[in-house]
Amino acid sequence: MQPQAPGPDESSIDDRKLSRPSGQLRLLTLGLGALRIGPLLILIIMVIVVSIATPLFLMPRNLGNVLAQTAVIATLALGQYVVIVARGIDLSVGSCIALCTVVGATVYHALPGFDPITASIVTMLAMLMTGATVGLINGSVFVYGRLPHPFIITLATLSICKGLAYEISHGQNITGVAPAVRWVGATQIFGLPFSAFIVATIALILLAGRQLIWGRWVYAVGGNPDAAVRSGIPVNGVLVSTYVISGICAAIGAIIVAGRTNSGSGLLGDLGELDSIASVIIGGASFLGGRGNVGQAIVGALMIGVMRNGLNLLNVSIFFQLIVIGVIIVLAVESDVLRAHLENRFRVLQAARA
Amino acid sequence: MGVGTAQTTDASARPVLQVRNATKRFGAVQALDNVSIAAYANEVLALLGDNGAGKSTLIKCISGVHRFDAGIVEIDGLAHQIHTPAEARRAGIETVYQDLALFDNMDATGNFYAGRELSKPKWLPRSIQALDTQRMERETQQLLDRLKVVLPKFNAQVGLMSGGQRQAVAVARAAAFARKVVILDEPTAALGVRESRQVMGLVQRLREEGNAVILITHNMDQVVEYADRAMVMRRGRKVGEVRPSPDTKQDIVSMIVGA
Repeated sequence: MQPQAPGPDESSIDDRKLSRPSGQLRLLTLGLGALRIGPLLILIIMVIVVSIATPLFLMPRNLGNVLAQTAVIATLALGQYVVIVARGIDLSVGSCIALCTVVGATVYHALPGFDPITASIVTMLAMLMTGATVGLINGSVFVYGRLPHPFIITLATLSICKGLAYEISHGQNITGVAPAVRWVGATQIFGLPFSAFIVATIALILLAGRQLIWGRWVYAVGGNPDAAVRSGIPVNGVLVSTYVISGICAAIGAIIVAGRTNSGSGLLGDLGELDSIASVIIGGASFLGGRGNVGQAIVGALMIGVMRNGLNLLNVSIFFQLIVIGVIIVLAVESDVLRAHLENRFRVLQAARA
Repeated sequence: MGVGTAQTTDASARPVLQVRNATKRFGAVQALDNVSIAAYANEVLALLGDNGAGKSTLIKCISGVHRFDAGIVEIDGLAHQIHTPAEARRAGIETVYQDLALFDNMDATGNFYAGRELSKPKWLPRSIQALDTQRMERETQQLLDRLKVVLPKFNAQVGLMSGGQRQAVAVARAAAFARKVVILDEPTAALGVRESRQVMGLVQRLREEGNAVILITHNMDQVVEYADRAMVMRRGRKVGEVRPSPDTKQDIVSMIVGA
């Protein structure tokens, strides 16, 4: 304890001597803090602006709609967040939704004589297994195929899943899903869509996961993959696990979508990869890996959901929405770059002060 | 004969780490050619040589990042196979890499315990055991106090620390877990004078605590001041071993450049 005592005194003297760097330091701390809470602030502003622009927005029925629409994006975003924290990317989640809904509908229709509970359980397990398998393939080929980047393999599975979905469904929309799937996608509890509770559950599980060794490893792999190897962390296994989780999240998203639309189709989940990646990045997680939390993924998904809904209510065309999302992604990634720059300045100033 | 410390006891007479006749080849390049090295407890061994002399390859093989093509590694007289960094750590060898191998997105505690997290309960598979964050933070704080390392904020991310603080975290991490051998690859290369002195103070403490310290450096003043023994490499071969002093400084430099 005692050797530390002179520390604070010395630094306060330094403060006075070098008031300019320390003033800059305070500004930088402020800027970094603003970047940290920025997304939440923007979400609140968006809600206020949309509510003023169109009173329909705050109607309970519409808010329920926003949540139901956001639930799928949020589910995908939570899986995508895990992958992105570990420095990866999963482009296959949208197609994975399509494949899972088609598999689910097909399996359900192949079980006509079964009681609803058995049929529901088998259907849901089939969907979850499909998602997990896609994730396992993504992760395994990336890691054990020694690919330089997960972009390629998940792009390939994007195409494969889409093709499989159309192939199995013969390009048709398969109507009718298992009762439990329907229930998950269409029920409301306390005025909230059931899917919102599913999102909350996944979020809580992932939050708990951060308190596990596994969670620490995901951040370590994202923070410095080489150092993770040298620290004896099983990097390959960690990476594969992130893609499996993303695949399972896509399958859960598929259950929600299939239930809501009461169908299985190759068209469902279209552009889900875009929405989920956008959510994670807009929410404030770093595209460079190692940074981000569950809350940011949810905030990002809500931002996209609110924006979509608001633009719909204001009769803005869906094409324009795509343009807006693209622009927002660029801004979000730029703010990530800005943060890296500010942190660098922060480090230099700290060194100058020390 | 090769023991550099003044107090040559029976325990320190046997090397903690001994590498015999190590060879390593990268394609056409003979990185290590029949190199032998011995490190003793309570001793700083300086490993010297120009760029490309094979120092980094040698320590990377010892710390499990690369593998020797041929050669024997003995720890406390027992032959060891070291194929991965984790095996090296388990054998009691800690390494401070030139790039520090720090996780910028974590605090000091996270960095200390990366890959060897304290956790419970033990009956679960290791990856899904809960982190014992409190105990890790407490022990990190104790260690930083013991080594007299002062960080700006205990919970600050390492990415926001200055070069000297980062270096201190990396060296302290090695100090925390070192049981036998600590290898440092140019620990002060990027530091100013004052920060260098602090880090070298840590290195001395590592030696006092009974470790065999292997130090790679280009700074001859540091070698004379801190090293008990200096081994010089050139083109993958060991070319000499000297007890560094102001008088032998010129000899060492000649050996390094091969003049």
